[in-house]
This record gives sequence, C-alpha cells and structure tokens, in this order.
Amino acid sequence: MEPVLGNQVMFIIFSAMIIFFSILTVTSRKILRAATYLLFVLLATAGLYFMLNYQFLAAVQITLYAGGIVVLIIFSILLTHHIEHKFDPVPLSKMIMGIVASGFGVAITLFTLLNYNFVTTTEAGADVSMNAIGKALLNYGEKGYVLPFEVISILLLAAIVAAIVIAKRKKV
Amino acid sequence: MLFQGIPIEFFLVTSTLMFFIGVYGFITRENIITILMSIELILNSTNINFLVFNRYLFPGQLEGFFFSLFVIAVAAAEAAVAIAIIINIYRRFKNIEVDNASEMKH
Repeated sequence: MEPVLGNQVMFIIFSAMIIFFSILTVTSRKILRAATYLLFVLLATAGLYFMLNYQFLAAVQITLYAGGIVVLIIFSILLTHHIEHKFDPVPLSKMIMGIVASGFGVAITLFTLLNYNFVTTTEAGADVSMNAIGKALLNYGEKGYVLPFEVISILLLAAIVAAIVIAKRKKV
Repeated sequence: MLFQGIPIEFFLVTSTLMFFIGVYGFITRENIITILMSIELILNSTNINFLVFNRYLFPGQLEGFFFSLFVIAVAAAEAAVAIAIIINIYRRFKNIEVDNASEMKH
C-alpha cells in the first residue's frame, strides 16, 4: 500500500499547487509575477502527466510550455512594460461578474461530473514509448496520425510567416 | 476503479477549477498579455482532461494523447502570433490595454 499513499500525497501537492498558483496568476497585480506563477502552474501540470505515466508528454509540456511559451510571454512583457508597473485593482462590478460567471460554470460542471458514473477499465495501457509515438505519427494506416501531423506542420509554418509579417516594422 | 490510488474525479475537479479560474481571468483582466495567460490556463486544463480520459477510460488507444500533443503545438503557434500582434499594438498605442485594440483597423 506504500506507493499508493505516496501517489496520493504527490497528487494533492500537485493539484494544490495548480489551483493556488492559477488563482495568483489571474489576480496578481504585477505582470512579471503573474508570468512566474503561470510557470509554476505549467510545471505542476507536467507533474500530473508524469503521474499518469505519459512521460513523453510531460517532457513536451516542460520544454514547449514552460520553456517556450513562458519565455515568449516574459520577452513580450519586457518589451512592453516597465518592471515596476502595477495594474489598477479590478473594478468591483467586473470582479462580481467574473466570480458569478465562473462560479456558475464550476457549479454546473462539478454537479454533472460528480453525478456521472465513469466506467473505468483496468486493461493494459498502450505503448507510449518514443518509438511507438513516432511510428503512430507517421503511420497512414489504422491508428495512424499522419494527416493531423501534416496539418500541424503547415499551421506552424503559417504561424512563423505570420508572426514575422505582423511584427515587421513597416518602411516609411 | 482507481489508477494508482487516485479516483478519476480528483483529476477532473482539479482541471475544472483551473479552467474556470482561467475564465475568471479572461473576464476581469484588461491587459492583453494577462488575457493570453488566462487562455493558456484554459488550454492546459483541457489537456489534463484529454489525458485523464485517455488513461482511465480508453487506455488501449492513444486518441487523447495525440489530441493534447496537437493542442500544445497549436498553443505554441497561437502564442507566437499573439505576441507579434501585441508588439504591433504597443508600437501604435504605447500600451497594450484591450480597449485600444478596437481601433486597430484604422
């Protein structure tokens, strides 16, 4: 029973981290701190992926989200803000509106999912090694994902070109 | 049925709370970069859901796994384009509040 208890403790730590730092991300009045809290949220999410035995996706999460997107966000903060800049507090009417909207959402979603009887199985998990993932991505037969792979490739190319074109300074 | 001692509902409650915290930030924030951060929270919570359903309900297949892999790729592309737009808005208005963005078409 020992590893089960350890798992539960780790899960509680990760999910407490996720919720605590998510709240700080959306309420912090200093923008660079908000970005740092977002980094902690993404790292704790990678921890949950490790708990689910999806090691490759956890590594992708750390390198792409925590390494790539957060760095991109921090760069754009440094390009557009003074470090000491502090946001005005959120107006009360807006805060109440946000709390009501998200509170309703939480209530409805939790009511639905706690009343639904999920039929979980104990069958053996599929192979999620690097080898199996690479083969599935380039396989055009059954259980192959070559079409979404190609679509994502074109999307990434289009995004790179679009980012350059949009951010380029126009010649006067 | 438990997977290593943790019921599926625990994961789903965590991701639900994360999603709606992101929605709250999306509603209340006025700065474009912080709105982008809220969107990242929302995308991340859906990723957790895809993986949890894949692992608990259909562990023999990899649909949820690949879906979240592609969501991560799309999120990266979206962040890159969003930041190019943010830099453009900053050049024009010298700040990046959303209220200014409605004048972008001129």
